Amino acid sequence: MKIEQYRLIEKTKINEFIENLLLISKVVAPVDRGFKNYVFQEIKSADSVSLKYIPTIIPPKKYFLPQRETLLKFNIDKDLEVEPVVEYENLILFGLHTCDIAGIKCLNTVLSDKPKDPAYLIRKKHITIIGIECNDYCDEYASCSFVGAHIPTTGYDLMFTELDEYFIVHIHSLKGADIVEKTGIFKPATAAQFEELKALRNNKFKIFNNEIPTERRYLPDLFDRSFNAIVWKELENRCLSCGNCTAVCPTCYCFDIKEEVDLNLKSGERYRIWFSCQLDPFAKVAGGIDFRRERSARQRHRFYRKFRYHIDRYGMIFCTGCGRCSRTCMAKINLKEVLTSLIKESEAKIWRKWL
Amino acid sequence: MAQVVIKDSPYNVKKAKILDIKPLTEKEKLFKLVFEDHTWLDFEPGQFIMVSLMGVGEIPISICSSPLNRHYFEICVRAVGKVTNCLHKMNVGDVLGVRGPYGNGFPIKTIEGHDLLIIAGGLGLAPLRSLILYAIDNRRDFGEIHILFGCKTPSELLFSDEIEEWSKRLDIHFACTVDRADPDWKGNIGLITSLIPGVDIDPIRTYAAVVGPPVMYKFVIKELLAKGLPVDQILLSFERHMKCGMGKCGRCQIQNLYCCKDGPVFTFKEIMDMAEAL
Repeated sequence: MKIEQYRLIEKTKINEFIENLLLISKVVAPVDRGFKNYVFQEIKSADSVSLKYIPTIIPPKKYFLPQRETLLKFNIDKDLEVEPVVEYENLILFGLHTCDIAGIKCLNTVLSDKPKDPAYLIRKKHITIIGIECNDYCDEYASCSFVGAHIPTTGYDLMFTELDEYFIVHIHSLKGADIVEKTGIFKPATAAQFEELKALRNNKFKIFNNEIPTERRYLPDLFDRSFNAIVWKELENRCLSCGNCTAVCPTCYCFDIKEEVDLNLKSGERYRIWFSCQLDPFAKVAGGIDFRRERSARQRHRFYRKFRYHIDRYGMIFCTGCGRCSRTCMAKINLKEVLTSLIKESEAKIWRKWL
Repeated sequence: MAQVVIKDSPYNVKKAKILDIKPLTEKEKLFKLVFEDHTWLDFEPGQFIMVSLMGVGEIPISICSSPLNRHYFEICVRAVGKVTNCLHKMNVGDVLGVRGPYGNGFPIKTIEGHDLLIIAGGLGLAPLRSLILYAIDNRRDFGEIHILFGCKTPSELLFSDEIEEWSKRLDIHFACTVDRADPDWKGNIGLITSLIPGVDIDPIRTYAAVVGPPVMYKFVIKELLAKGLPVDQILLSFERHMKCGMGKCGRCQIQNLYCCKDGPVFTFKEIMDMAEAL
């Protein structure tokens, strides 16, 4: 932490700052839609932004990996003509929580793994990320401290942290420094505020307790023991296999590739569209064999993909603790509860072995 | 929203022209393809390509010609779905989109110097034909070569003229069986597993390559283990629905392995403890 990287902005001036952002490029920010629903959407004025919000319905992954994205355009009129394309725009994402930033980091890891996905990388380059730190839990579904996503580390250009009268802003990239300079309403941080920030971070360790009765490092072991757990069978009776949990997950990136032909039957496009491991056709192969036919197997796959498989593959936990899956589940399957009951079940097994 | 063309996109396809179409059975056809820019498809036996018919779809299909053949490559297609049925309606001279090759293929450098036992069930012969042709082309680098082939009925026998040639060769031990015979059938009757106990192999120096319908693997592996084959010398090639071929779309995931990137060829040792694999 270097004090030179920090700036101050008065709380009353935050709207002025957003208006300034609007002059630079298109701005996306959380907007209140009522009934505790928030969405990331393009804003036209600073008034519509709500700075205090619980995680939005759909995470900001929709700007990095759009729900539907054109991959190729083709024309078969005379000869086969194929043009791979990428769609992008300059965008400022304002007000991201640290859990969503962690989600984007997960996507970065996957899509820049070889072979790289150029469309994603180009789009990512044109997006600026401005975060807002949470000083307290958003609601009871969050489990960000368990996965370590409650403290800002990396993955943003600017990070706003709320102090008493000010927001203290961490400049993390030249892109962020540019914005700070352009708007010209920031003051350099003083030692007093810097100490205040440190105290706030220390205090956060008291507020954010580990939500799940185990530690991160025991996860691989826990999941290695739990493949045939009864917990999955119980989920089978509750899960409706609707795919909501994966659609709202900031780290779910599975997709399907489809085509659409124009009315002239000559030209068209190939696109990729979000898909879900919870849906029936996902793991089917020719001949009708389905490798994950039971809903329990699909739910298990989802949990293993978050907490086990990608630890081997990318060295990361693919859960950011945002709690969206639990919030949106129609059958009230709660991620924290599932993990807790997994731990209970495996503990019982260990005791039985010792007795 | 700006839209730009990125020629180096991994989803870009190369144009491949159909040189020849040969019907093998009622449902399977063999397509001989060549890239329009006359570049060489450089692949290993067991690898696959993504074949696309613009406007219809894109499917993974294993390459079934010899990797040493630089003039053309072949795919064997059974008409089962939307894309494959359209493929069957295409004519010589038509153009397809192809990207790839993808996957790891059979570890031929490891197999060389050892005996080879090939076990193919039905359409599983297609990816294995590539390995067989490679082994025939480099016959002196391999030990004994055994080929076991099984299919449902004699009318579903793939590559029948090549099979006849293989069965006549002195340097290949070939056996074939059908599940249900017809009156003209003179060969073995029964499942492919019935052939395994009879093959004369030295299990320690034999690599088995198994490809077939998903239901076949469990029973064949059981027989191979009974023969005494070590677990890391049983090579299996898996079929999954793949969309990207690059380990991204998640469709072909078997626990922490991606069938398209880490596979489709796995040793039995790699997947023996994995549920959802077999």
